[in-house]
Amino acid sequence: MNGLTFDIAHLLAGGLVLVSFMMLYQDRLFALINVFALHAIVLALSVAWQAYVQEAHHLYVTAAIALIFKAIVIPVGLHRIIQRLGIHRDIETAVGIGSTMLAGIGLVALSMVLMLRVTPEADPLAREDLAFALSIILLGLLVMVTRRNAVSQVVGFMSLENGLVLAATGAKGMPLVVEISVAFSILIAFIVIGVFLFRIRERFDSVDVGALDDYRGERR
Amino acid sequence: MTSIVSLLLWGVAAFLGAAVLAVAVSRRGSATHLVYGATLGISAAMFAIAAAALIGDPAGVSTVTLPLGLPWIGAHFRLDALSAFFLVVVNLGGAVASLYGLGYGHHEPAPHRVLPFFPAFLAGMNLVVLADDAFTFLLSWEFMSLASWALVMAHHREQDNTRAGYIYLVMASFGTLALLLAFGLLAGPDGTYTFDAMRAAEPSGLVAAAALVLMLLGAGSKAGLVPLHVWLPLAHPAAPSHVSALMSGVMTKVAVYGFIRVIFDLLGEPAWWSGVVVLFLGGLTAVLGILYALMEKDLKRLLAYSTIENIGVIFVSLGLALAFKANAMPSAAALALTAALFHVLNHSFFKSLLFFGAGAVLTVTGERNMEKLGGLIHRMPLTSFVFLVGCVSISALPPFNGFVSEWLAFQAILQSPDLPQWGLKVMVPAVGGLLALSAALAAACFVKAFGITFLGRPRSAAVEQAREVDRYSLAAMFILAGLCLLAGILPGLVIDGLSPVTLSLIGNRMPVQMAQPWLSIVPIAESRSSYNGLLVFVFIAISASLAAFVIHRFASHALRRGPAWGCGFPDVTPAAQYTAVSFAQPIRRVFGTFAFRAREKVEMPPPGATAPARLTVEIHDVVWETFYQPIAGAVGYATEKLNRLQFLTIRRYLTLVFLYLVTLLLVLALWP
Repeated sequence: MNGLTFDIAHLLAGGLVLVSFMMLYQDRLFALINVFALHAIVLALSVAWQAYVQEAHHLYVTAAIALIFKAIVIPVGLHRIIQRLGIHRDIETAVGIGSTMLAGIGLVALSMVLMLRVTPEADPLAREDLAFALSIILLGLLVMVTRRNAVSQVVGFMSLENGLVLAATGAKGMPLVVEISVAFSILIAFIVIGVFLFRIRERFDSVDVGALDDYRGERR
Repeated sequence: MTSIVSLLLWGVAAFLGAAVLAVAVSRRGSATHLVYGATLGISAAMFAIAAAALIGDPAGVSTVTLPLGLPWIGAHFRLDALSAFFLVVVNLGGAVASLYGLGYGHHEPAPHRVLPFFPAFLAGMNLVVLADDAFTFLLSWEFMSLASWALVMAHHREQDNTRAGYIYLVMASFGTLALLLAFGLLAGPDGTYTFDAMRAAEPSGLVAAAALVLMLLGAGSKAGLVPLHVWLPLAHPAAPSHVSALMSGVMTKVAVYGFIRVIFDLLGEPAWWSGVVVLFLGGLTAVLGILYALMEKDLKRLLAYSTIENIGVIFVSLGLALAFKANAMPSAAALALTAALFHVLNHSFFKSLLFFGAGAVLTVTGERNMEKLGGLIHRMPLTSFVFLVGCVSISALPPFNGFVSEWLAFQAILQSPDLPQWGLKVMVPAVGGLLALSAALAAACFVKAFGITFLGRPRSAAVEQAREVDRYSLAAMFILAGLCLLAGILPGLVIDGLSPVTLSLIGNRMPVQMAQPWLSIVPIAESRSSYNGLLVFVFIAISASLAAFVIHRFASHALRRGPAWGCGFPDVTPAAQYTAVSFAQPIRRVFGTFAFRAREKVEMPPPGATAPARLTVEIHDVVWETFYQPIAGAVGYATEKLNRLQFLTIRRYLTLVFLYLVTLLLVLALWP
């Protein structure tokens, strides 16, 4: 392993974590989706770089899937959904941005400490990759937890899945079929959630998940 | 040539087939005959095979491994002397219960709720006894529990039956959990689940102690050891009577089998104090069980409580066997173990018989409450006779079988001065005292059960209409009564039959008894003690017939009926008779005050007032109130609190999952 390949992989994975942080402080939905598209592009680059380094050509397919679906199809779809729902002006973070960022930093530190501790004998590239992937997953969860709007919860979920793809490609020898099926299941989830969004909207005039709770007759 | 154990497994398969068949035909009129006929045939065949294996090839071990269950383990089955003996108990009980069911089943209001589970229950009990690895054992155990639970719930609309079923289910799950942990401990870190591997392993002292406690919890809760007995008097009477007989007479024995298999066979050499624990629990169970029975006026519940007492007697003998085995006194250990196993067999005889009798009373009168029965001896003379035989047997009176096993237990207790530990030296005679107390109380209890139910005058209209039960039921009861007498006058046969079991578990046996002259039994030596059931029987028979002859020869032949003495009351209603509660009053006053916190309250009207005086008795189930009510309260409180988790927002749920994940990761990161 020469130093440059390692550095570039490191850079791309680190960039992915950085973009995850960017997601945390977006308080407009359009901006959030744009950042998500950026996230997917960085992921595609990272996967492509892994394909090149590992000489695993099927990973190019994964990169292409990431680029086409996650960077283009899904963001465009979400844009249209938001326009049709007319909720692009909503500000919808449930927790203050400062504390969210602090929590995010803590999570990244946690995943670094954890991964570097439990994988001392692994390949350094895979090791760093796993640490970054875990941070991205936790940050994605954090996005889901700190948002009220169903659309942004979907975005958080998708970015979480990006972390999974990063982890999967970082490990050598992961079969293509696994990655394709993960990507496919995400697509299905996107469609199902999209349909649900409209259903919720029709029923409650809002995609704020709080409306669901009000409907159940409970306090928050 | 197929091995014996595979033959037996075919029998189990036939039971399961009968269960499936029963589902298909259960709504047809002939279903009762078909299903009970099938189980009768299969049980009889399995009984014959097991008995032949026990007598014909006592030292033989037959194993088979089927590719079922967990893929890398398979299902191991094994037949040795111990399992052959318990197969005899299970299938004899099963066969007689099926015979009884042929008649009793016709009175069943919902046969489709009973018929499919009856063969499944028998299959489960057989499988437990045959299992040779922990997984198969637990699976069969749970299958047995669930099948019997379904039978308990057969009459689920009757009052209290749902509660009985619920408590039974909770206790059975708890017991299985304890067994699971016990086997987990025995399997060790390598996870070797076959009994062969467990037998070969030498568990450390701590593991053995934990396994003993867990087995006492697991097998003890199924057998009915105090304080784990609470489900038993609720669940056993709730089932149809032939199933009650199976549950009380046979299923508790399967639990005893589990205990013996693990503690005597798999665990290796016992520690001496394990005998103390088992002895203490056994003695406590025996006395408390029979005291509960004495307070009871429901006939079937009385029988169920008496089952608890008998389990106590069995566990006392097992505890003695453990103590002797730990101190390398093999002949005394063999004696104690023989007493335990003999009592297992006896109890399966007379408890089944008594439950059949109670079932017969229930069918013809529709009544389980003894306070509404009475005078049945005139209407059901045959049932009364066999019930009396059962009562005499369970009260341990010679020449019947109950006397022999309890006598053997006392012979084993008399060996205790040879024990080296002072703890045991003091403990064993004390437990012997408890055993003697419980035997005496049992006699009182069954005088009450028989006297109130069958003697005196009818206390309700239903009893006056009663007629004798059908022939199948009578046949089943007479077979059991005959077996009680046979085992009582030919105990040597049974003791010799049990010798391969004690040989395999303890490495010693009691002296050969059939070689003794005149069918005597001599547990240790002629100089110490001997008993001859046949002689006692012959003496009783001759003296009784002589007395009868003398009376009939020299007294008047005329049958005279005079007015019953009415205690000075001019108009004697049947309600003025001695009742079950009044019969038990002296004993309640002696023991009940501390055992049940019984309080009597007398309300006397002032002189001149015409209001009746009232005597109210208040009895507490101390075990329930001490152990179970706090637990139930705590569980209720926790559920009340956790109920709020049901109604969180989606984001809160996500946050909970997230926080949990982060906590786990933190633990992983900070773990040294």
